[in-house]
Amino acid sequence: MTTHLKFTDVVVGTKLPALSVPIQRLNLIMYAGASGDFNIIHWNERFATSVGLPNVIAHGMFTMGAAIRVVTDWVGDPGAVVEYGVRFTRPVPVPDDGIGALLEIRGEVTELLDTGRVRITLTASSAGQTVLGKAQAVVQLA
Amino acid sequence: MALNPDFIGRTYPSSEPYLVGREKIREFARAIGDANPAYHDVAAAQGLGYADVVAPPTFAIAFIFASTSAVILDPDLGLDYTKVVHGEESFVYARPIVAGDELVVVNTIENIRAAAGNDMITVKSHVSTTSGEPVVVTTMVIVARGTDAQ
Repeated sequence: MTTHLKFTDVVVGTKLPALSVPIQRLNLIMYAGASGDFNIIHWNERFATSVGLPNVIAHGMFTMGAAIRVVTDWVGDPGAVVEYGVRFTRPVPVPDDGIGALLEIRGEVTELLDTGRVRITLTASSAGQTVLGKAQAVVQLA
Repeated sequence: MALNPDFIGRTYPSSEPYLVGREKIREFARAIGDANPAYHDVAAAQGLGYADVVAPPTFAIAFIFASTSAVILDPDLGLDYTKVVHGEESFVYARPIVAGDELVVVNTIENIRAAAGNDMITVKSHVSTTSGEPVVVTTMVIVARGTDAQ
């Protein structure tokens, strides 16, 4: 684990650079292949709407995986992330309209822990609605 | 139909070893749109002190998913998979996963409960190397919508 960020350089309230992640159907197809999660609701609109969803929805784990980049880009070394947890509070519909969805992610230091670790609280929203709840990561700093 | 509470505390046999591939890490990182050099470039990862490319923090789901699916699809558990949504997920790392790791997963059903008409099941997955070094513990909460009311 090697990061340039020092524990003494951050305070509660330090904001991480925000991130916007566009999501198209192609991203969900790629994620299905990479993760092995081929649940039909993530690629078949006919099926997704038949079970009451507004459209094909992103894998929760895609959203979780994309969101942590706000932390790993900030810290540099992805291995510095020692804990990461979320609740999936709302699905992210990804329409096949040439635009798709936009995921907006923010992060802020919310707690200084012992042994040089800090807690980051993440917010992730799409179309103005929060999609992850209790999204937190613990990061080991230098 | 409520889930079978006899499954609380049940631990399943260790999975077959999963060999973490360099190309699988790159593929996963591309799929989440992450160009961090530590995921793609061996020299960059070595510059951070790793033997090979590092896996993104949520990569473990790619091999845990298959073993936990087998657990939650056990017919005796009574979970209606057509009603299932992912409720929560967390990862607690002892160390990052690196290409070349050979990992095994041990799943335990930690809890089963009903709330607001939904059935919820919590599965804890302990991931370690084949030589017994702990690597990551994940906790997954699966929700079956509306099934407790049936």
